Amino acid sequence: MIERTPLLNIVTHAILILGALLLVVPIWMAFVAATLTVAEVNSPDVHYLPGGELWTNLTAAWTRAEFGVKFMNSMIVAIAVVIGKVIISAISAFSIVFFNYRLRMVFFWVIFITLMLPLEVRIVPTYSVAANALYPFQTILDATGISWLIAQISGVELSLEWNMLNSYTGLILPLVATATGTFLYRQFFLTIPDELVEAAKMDGSGPFRFFIEVLLPLSRTNIAALATIMFVYAWNQYLWPLLIITDRANYSTVVMELRRLIPGPDAIADWNVAMAGTLIVMLPPLLVVVLMQRWFVRGLISTEK
Amino acid sequence: MQKRAYFKANWLAYLFIAPQLLIIFVFFYWPASQAMYWAFTLEQPFGGGNQWVGLDNFKAVFSDETYWASIWRSIVFAVLSTGLAMSLALVLALFADRQLRGYRFFRVGMIWPYAIAAPAAALAFRFLFNPQSGVFAYLNTLSPGLWNPALSGVDAMTAIIITQAWKQVSYSFIFFLAGLQSIPRSLIEAGSMDGARVMRRMVDLQLPLLAPTIFFLLVINMTDSFTDSFGIIDILTEGGPARATELMVYKIYVDGFQGLDYSGAAAQSLVLMALVILMTFFQFRFIERRVHYT
Repeated sequence: MIERTPLLNIVTHAILILGALLLVVPIWMAFVAATLTVAEVNSPDVHYLPGGELWTNLTAAWTRAEFGVKFMNSMIVAIAVVIGKVIISAISAFSIVFFNYRLRMVFFWVIFITLMLPLEVRIVPTYSVAANALYPFQTILDATGISWLIAQISGVELSLEWNMLNSYTGLILPLVATATGTFLYRQFFLTIPDELVEAAKMDGSGPFRFFIEVLLPLSRTNIAALATIMFVYAWNQYLWPLLIITDRANYSTVVMELRRLIPGPDAIADWNVAMAGTLIVMLPPLLVVVLMQRWFVRGLISTEK
Repeated sequence: MQKRAYFKANWLAYLFIAPQLLIIFVFFYWPASQAMYWAFTLEQPFGGGNQWVGLDNFKAVFSDETYWASIWRSIVFAVLSTGLAMSLALVLALFADRQLRGYRFFRVGMIWPYAIAAPAAALAFRFLFNPQSGVFAYLNTLSPGLWNPALSGVDAMTAIIITQAWKQVSYSFIFFLAGLQSIPRSLIEAGSMDGARVMRRMVDLQLPLLAPTIFFLLVINMTDSFTDSFGIIDILTEGGPARATELMVYKIYVDGFQGLDYSGAAAQSLVLMALVILMTFFQFRFIERRVHYT
């Protein structure tokens, strides 16, 4: 549509530039601080242009927070969550949408309800489960008398234990236990035209083949979007790792270590190193979002146009 | 609105749904029911099981003034940060949707903060907000002691609200932009045919059509602010000064994991869950509405 609105165009650009600046300025200031020396960063006049100390500060932050191992940990956790989530959500949504069995609506609601309560809201009880992930089953076995039965027959006292504290599984599994992905896939699967399924059936394809050869290639955009969202989500986790990881040397993630970068009240505030550290933590998810933003936005909301 | 199924039930259907069900049972339903149990019992200090205490934990929680203060603060935080983030995102999306030159650039420019971890943003803002050398130190040159989030509760609240709002702008922006782009082009053209200029169309056409999106984002942002605030508070203010920024989730953490009062924390968790469920209830209604809309 062609409209001549020269004045409004200027206003539009002004507003957009202002908005973009508003968003970028805090991180720009952090970046500038990361390039200064301790003396410069603490001087009362504010610096707007970068200095030359970026590399020294980055390496200082890297060694102080011992990022080496932790960066790997963050990567492992984020990638594992992405893979786990992409697969589990796809197959469960497939089961709910394309199969006809009595419990499917029940299952749908059982899964859907988990959307309501994010991990942060239920940290206290989830923590107790992580201490022994098999505890629910132990209780069920005890309550139903099965463990008594086993003890009677074999003389073995049944005690299931799987401690997830200080482990990758503890970091990963609770993050996979949400319904966002299932819901995203379901919404997409519902838009698949009936004819496609009929055609596939006509050609003699069973459900498994249909899933692998028709559905998955069609959901590429969705998979890309979900992978982006989940990478950001998993990388940025803070509260949960803080609770279950006490062995910080081996299992902590980079986001957890941010606290150690806050300058203490007594020493000279080395904000330059702290800001360099934040930049390191921010970078991987930022790269993922910027590189994936086309698919990410498209997959997030299926536009009908 | 459930589509009819295509394949007869077989073992594959159950096999495919099993992992998801198993994982949410262990990490969602079991913990949630456990929280119920704890909220009504009190753990013996030296072991020996839990003692049934009925509503005592809730009575203790609700008679605690600091708890009411934390609820109140959470609500102020939720309303202000959501309002700030959404109004900014809405304006930016409306203008970005005009798709003038540089549209792609601006789109990336608005979306990227989505990727930033809340605690990482909080650390950057802690630097900006620090009263000695940050940008806000400028305020103190106007009048000494005007700005100090380490001493003034109001300043600390302002700091965490701004940080949360900054972080939430991109999320709302994405949804607003998508909402605007799903408005049929013909509608906009009809509007301009009738003589409505750009601003007029924004106010009288696009804005009303965005109503469901606005409502949806309102709920999402409010819920998020209840849950996401932890990282921001822990890095930026640590709940201080003098508990001025102790919101609900932070208080659960402090009471449960530092004060080791699991029963009290479980009761608080239940209250928080109830609150969040109540808010999400509206979200369900929106999703229903949206189906009719498009």
